[in-house]
Amino acid sequence: MTLPGIAQLALFVALLLLITKPLGLYMTKVFSGEAVFLSPVLRPVERVIYRVIGVDPESEQRWTSYTAGVLMFSLAGVILLYLLMRLQQFLPFNPQGFGAVSPDLAFNTATSFVSNTNWQSYAGESTMSYLMDMAGFTVQNFLSAATGLSVAIALIRGLARRSSSMVGNFWVDLVRSTLYVLLPLSFGLALVFVWQGMPQNLNPYTTATTVEKGSQTIAQAPVASEEAIKQLGINGGGLFNANAAHPYENPNGLTNFLSMFAIFVIPAGLVYTFGRMVGDTRQGWAIWTAMAILFLAGVALAWPVEQGGNPLIAKLGVDQSVSALQPGGNFEGKETRFGIASSTLYTVVTTDASCGAVNNMHDSLLPLTGAVPLLNMQLGEIIFGGVGSGLYGMLIMAILSVFIAGLMVGRTPEYLGKKIQTYEMKMAMIYVLVLAADILLFTALGSVTTAGTSSIANPGPHGFSEILYAFSSGTANNGSAFAGLNANTPFFNTTIGLAMLIGRFVPVVPVLAIAGSMVRKKYVPPSLGTFPTNGPLFVVLLVGVIIIVGALTYFPALALGPIVEQLFLSAGRVF
Amino acid sequence: MNIRGQIRSALVLLAIMTVLLGIAYPLAITGLAQVFFPGQANGSLITGSDGKVIGSALIGQNFTGPGYFHPRPSAAGASGYDATASGGSNLGPTNKKLIDIVNQRAIAYRQENGLAAGQLVPVDAVTASASGLDPDITPANAYLQAPRVAKARGMAEADVRSLVQKHTEGPVLGIFGESTVNVLELNLDLDRLSGRSGGGGG
Repeated sequence: MTLPGIAQLALFVALLLLITKPLGLYMTKVFSGEAVFLSPVLRPVERVIYRVIGVDPESEQRWTSYTAGVLMFSLAGVILLYLLMRLQQFLPFNPQGFGAVSPDLAFNTATSFVSNTNWQSYAGESTMSYLMDMAGFTVQNFLSAATGLSVAIALIRGLARRSSSMVGNFWVDLVRSTLYVLLPLSFGLALVFVWQGMPQNLNPYTTATTVEKGSQTIAQAPVASEEAIKQLGINGGGLFNANAAHPYENPNGLTNFLSMFAIFVIPAGLVYTFGRMVGDTRQGWAIWTAMAILFLAGVALAWPVEQGGNPLIAKLGVDQSVSALQPGGNFEGKETRFGIASSTLYTVVTTDASCGAVNNMHDSLLPLTGAVPLLNMQLGEIIFGGVGSGLYGMLIMAILSVFIAGLMVGRTPEYLGKKIQTYEMKMAMIYVLVLAADILLFTALGSVTTAGTSSIANPGPHGFSEILYAFSSGTANNGSAFAGLNANTPFFNTTIGLAMLIGRFVPVVPVLAIAGSMVRKKYVPPSLGTFPTNGPLFVVLLVGVIIIVGALTYFPALALGPIVEQLFLSAGRVF
Repeated sequence: MNIRGQIRSALVLLAIMTVLLGIAYPLAITGLAQVFFPGQANGSLITGSDGKVIGSALIGQNFTGPGYFHPRPSAAGASGYDATASGGSNLGPTNKKLIDIVNQRAIAYRQENGLAAGQLVPVDAVTASASGLDPDITPANAYLQAPRVAKARGMAEADVRSLVQKHTEGPVLGIFGESTVNVLELNLDLDRLSGRSGGGGG
């Protein structure tokens, strides 16, 4: 652990803490329909949009109608993206003349972007035109994030409102998420990114004659505009195969820091929005604290392990120690400019949140370092998490926690002054079980069929980890990969595509059902027997419940992958 | 709101957003970028005296001559540094292929740079980067290559070392990222300094 690395981490947490309240307040106003500084510009635009799409912004929806909106809008997105890829060769902004994307890859990629996963089965620079980057991926980067944000806001309304039946208007929430939150932040960040070196052009690929008189073709793209929303929308799908390890997607230490910060900023602010909207900001900070504890725990595990280097490589007379002249550590799949500190921090951030952008190759991480992103994803992307999806996942865990606390003291559990009853618990359990089944059953399928195992790149337990990682990533809508796995096959394109759809859209239904059920309930004032959910005891319980649920569900699978690989590594065994 | 109404809203909104976010937003950023930061926006390209593109300051390219500093091993494309096929090796930590290839590279590196058998080799010199296009090496790696480069060019080793020092960039603002040496810029500066190309036999 290096001093600059520690300073970077401290600054990261401090800035996150500082921005949580102002951004959270801003989003509270936006979703309550109050005026903000951008309103004079955006209100008229908003009104035109509502008129054209035939929506009355004053009318609200029940949870069923809201859910129908979410599902239909997403379905329309999948179809449009699929068609754009299949018809790519006829469309403009395609200077390299890329042809149609194959049906299974187009299906996988369309579901990948609409589900906010951004799993990359494709290699961007040799497959996708600039039109796909802009009108396809960039658009879904915005809209899938805005959809997640809308669902979270609906759930918050369900918890905050009393004796109502309406959870908000999906179309209004979607438009406001996009125009007021995502677009202005992306616009600013994109310009900073270009200034720091990211390309932003529509030129044909550059042909260079190298110093040693070789020829090098350099892929170009409108990088910065997509990169900004890719991070802020916690999408993670890259323009290039190497994603944010590619120097054009992440030119230096500053863009790396800003990218990580952009990934966490909206989920952090949204937790404050939650506290504010339910009328007790300490409720929000309690959740924030639980998230921060789990985040720092991940960094504390991954960083020192990775800095320690690979013992098998140390034996070959290779210097993996940290000094003023080199960062050292396990360097396979790392970029020199990021070293170990900025690579492992990125790995933890991108898998805590459901981003999935990578600035180093996770497949080459040491076994225990690789276990951190795996577990982060399997916990359900709730450590700050996806835009919106992180908070609603975390609130499901909070409901589980108060239920367990209620069992312990023998009282009907309450959360935010509302009784948690059989219906809510059933919905919460559906949420938890769907994710677990989605990951584990598909992993089992991939591990016992030739169609699955023939794609493995690294033999031994690491090969199993590759498949486990793929379905954990797809289900949790993360999108990062143990990329050695050859996932661009009909088998994986189809199964991971299904895993992403199930992992995104099945849980949305019980979440909104809970919103619809809670919104009707009467407020019960806290009594002596009420378990307070805004203090340290709740934070401890919540963290405990998350770890226990995650560990009980996934420990057997992790034992077969990274844990047994670590034992082999210590024993000096190779495969 | 009925289902047909919702379907209509979904389709129309998707169309509006595709134009706004997929065409207007990226083109606006492109316009501003091309006006205010044209160098970066077009890929940080480096051109030679004849106006032809030599490469990009951000993208690594291969060097094999003894008179040039060598970049890290690359897994991009069949022969490395293919800037249309970025990517890492994705070799896992217990994969025999990884251990074998690192061993071969370490032996070759010692031979090339006249190091004693068993002398420690910087890890970045024997491992492939994540992008396969890493433009940088560590200062540790650069200093170990300096004697070879100096010898091949008939330059004083101290001059080459001071050039490495000049091209060593610390972390941004002292805390973001690591110290790096940009291989292409260093080699171009070497050529400028010795007034000739250091390729081939040097």
